[in-house]
Amino acid sequence: MSSGSGEGWAAVNRRRLLAGAAATTAMLASPAVVRAQGAALKVGVLLPRSGAQAGIGQDCFRGVEIAGPILKANGFPDLQIMSADTETSVDTARARAEKLIADGAQLLVGAFDSGQSSAIAQVAEQKGIPFVINIAAAPPITEQGYKFVFRNFPIAGSILGDAFVNQKEIFAETGVTPKSVVFLHCNDTFGTAMKNGIGAVMPKFNMPYTIKETISYDPTARDLSVEISKAKATGADALLVVSRLNDAILLTRELVKQRWSPMGILSMGPGWYEDQYLKTLGKLGDGPLSFVPWYDPNKKLSKQLETELAKKYPGINLNINHVYTFEALLIAADAYKRAKTADPKALADAIRATNITDNVSAGPGISFDAKGQNEKLKNVAIQNRGGKLVTVAPKGSTNAKPQWPMLAYDKRR
Amino acid sequence: MSPDIYLNVAVGGLLTGLIYGLMALGLSVIFGVVRVVNFAHGEMMTIAMYIAVVLCAQFGFDPLLMMLPIAALFFVAGYIMQWTVINPFIGRPEHTQFMLLLAVAIIIVNSVLIVFGPDAQTAQTSYAFDSFAIGPLIVDATKLYAGLAAIVVAAALFAFFRFASLGKAIRACADNRVGALVVGLNVKRLYALSFGLGLACVGAAGAIIVLIVDVTPSLGPAYTLLAFVIVITGGLGSMSGALIGGVLIGVTEAMAGLFFTPSAKSMFAFAILVLVLLFRPQGIMGRRLS
Repeated sequence: MSSGSGEGWAAVNRRRLLAGAAATTAMLASPAVVRAQGAALKVGVLLPRSGAQAGIGQDCFRGVEIAGPILKANGFPDLQIMSADTETSVDTARARAEKLIADGAQLLVGAFDSGQSSAIAQVAEQKGIPFVINIAAAPPITEQGYKFVFRNFPIAGSILGDAFVNQKEIFAETGVTPKSVVFLHCNDTFGTAMKNGIGAVMPKFNMPYTIKETISYDPTARDLSVEISKAKATGADALLVVSRLNDAILLTRELVKQRWSPMGILSMGPGWYEDQYLKTLGKLGDGPLSFVPWYDPNKKLSKQLETELAKKYPGINLNINHVYTFEALLIAADAYKRAKTADPKALADAIRATNITDNVSAGPGISFDAKGQNEKLKNVAIQNRGGKLVTVAPKGSTNAKPQWPMLAYDKRR
Repeated sequence: MSPDIYLNVAVGGLLTGLIYGLMALGLSVIFGVVRVVNFAHGEMMTIAMYIAVVLCAQFGFDPLLMMLPIAALFFVAGYIMQWTVINPFIGRPEHTQFMLLLAVAIIIVNSVLIVFGPDAQTAQTSYAFDSFAIGPLIVDATKLYAGLAAIVVAAALFAFFRFASLGKAIRACADNRVGALVVGLNVKRLYALSFGLGLACVGAAGAIIVLIVDVTPSLGPAYTLLAFVIVITGGLGSMSGALIGGVLIGVTEAMAGLFFTPSAKSMFAFAILVLVLLFRPQGIMGRRLS
């Protein structure tokens, strides 16, 4: 009996101990994850702020810096930004995401690059923390059945489809059509996804040009002279490119040095419209056409963004790095406002139900399908003109006529 | 494909290779005499590149003209560094030397990151976009100047080691340290001079390379690796081997990019390294150790 009684005490103590430990753990853990509305939502922002993509990562972060006052002015709750540098490395991106979550981040935003975003998505899904992708176009990220991953950026196929339509519009408007192009692309996750996308999408658009040769290269390469020599030797009329920032600058330098002025440069990715590209190359940076997701300059929030950016960074053009990073934070703030809690599951459900029409990017607004993808985004054609960016297609969204073919490099110096 | 392209790519690869060779020369000089492998080689070169960028951006000084002052500055820095930091590690186990220089490399990378930020920086010269056309051959002016400067620096170094009495003393010290001590040479001072000369090469190479490559803090480790590939291919400790290795790697990368795919350029450089290690482990110009 006593023995039984003793066992009974012991059993009760174990249960009580376990229950007490569980309650204590929950009490200790919950403030890090769930907070009542009123406290700032802890948002972990992961961007490549050093390494090969540093220029673009830093530019994306400007979108973070101008977001605070704009969100506040529009009645959204406060966000506490926890910044992490992915160092342009997939492994570092994964490790930093894990650390941010361990440090209490309740939502993640990032990471500009498809490879790094894929790695963060795996961590976010595993830990059950919502992840809003600002920029990354590789389709597989939202094809994995993830429940906590959301992307407010068009996938490669959508960018390419709109690009081909806009290219044909420009060729028709100017009456000048290239018969052939040489396709240069970086061999990272994004570049490879775009290359595969072109192979799949281009036949559907009956393009007037053929691809004479496809040349892949390492985006961290220090010298791209061989790539341009090969491209030049094909005798193609124009260049079709998918690149990053540093390689876009290197490619332009080599075009000038090797005395090759193609009819034009048709870019389906970043690099060619970045401020660093325009500032580094000056007049030689004019001319490339970029077919990219962009912002609608007529929207109210776009004007607020332009004003805030001009105040904080005079002379910097508003671009997709700022716009889509800002919109990722807008999605986070909007979801937190509606969810009224920082509980990850409730936040993810709120993001899934997003319906923002007062936004910045071109298109009807922000909402997500069952895969977590915003399918409503529109892409436009922009051209570098005198250090500024003008929209030249599609009709109805333009503020300038396209200059095609572009002015030869030897006529600018 | 037009036959002109082979000539153009080969000449471009040759010029790039000469610059690679100069970059690796410093590593070879230091190892050849002091027997310390400088694992902070590329990182030290990025400091020279940043100095050249700052002098160009702030004062308009051409990096080619700044080559000598930067090399002199690096000579002094190398002399002091050898005397104070490296010398206590001479004769210690190799892994302690490795850890020391690895730590120096990490400190340099993070220091330049703090000072200059992560963005790529460039030295804008008036001839940055120039090229010379000789018939079908188009030569990048910047690479040509940089390649010629690399030849001049290498020739000066060869002449110093062959004809100057101090150079001969350093060679004697490299050949037989004990013998050098016996005949009364100040080995500690000669080691410091050699380290200074090695870093002077690094400084000169940095001032030249900044003409063709934008500098970022993360550039250092890639160049350290490249320098190792070159000196092991050419023969660790051999100055002529460093130049030959540089040219071989430069031309191989260029031709591999042309004949295969540019994204596989580096793969061929490493393939050469593997072949050399398998069939001539002492390197092309290296001496077989007994």
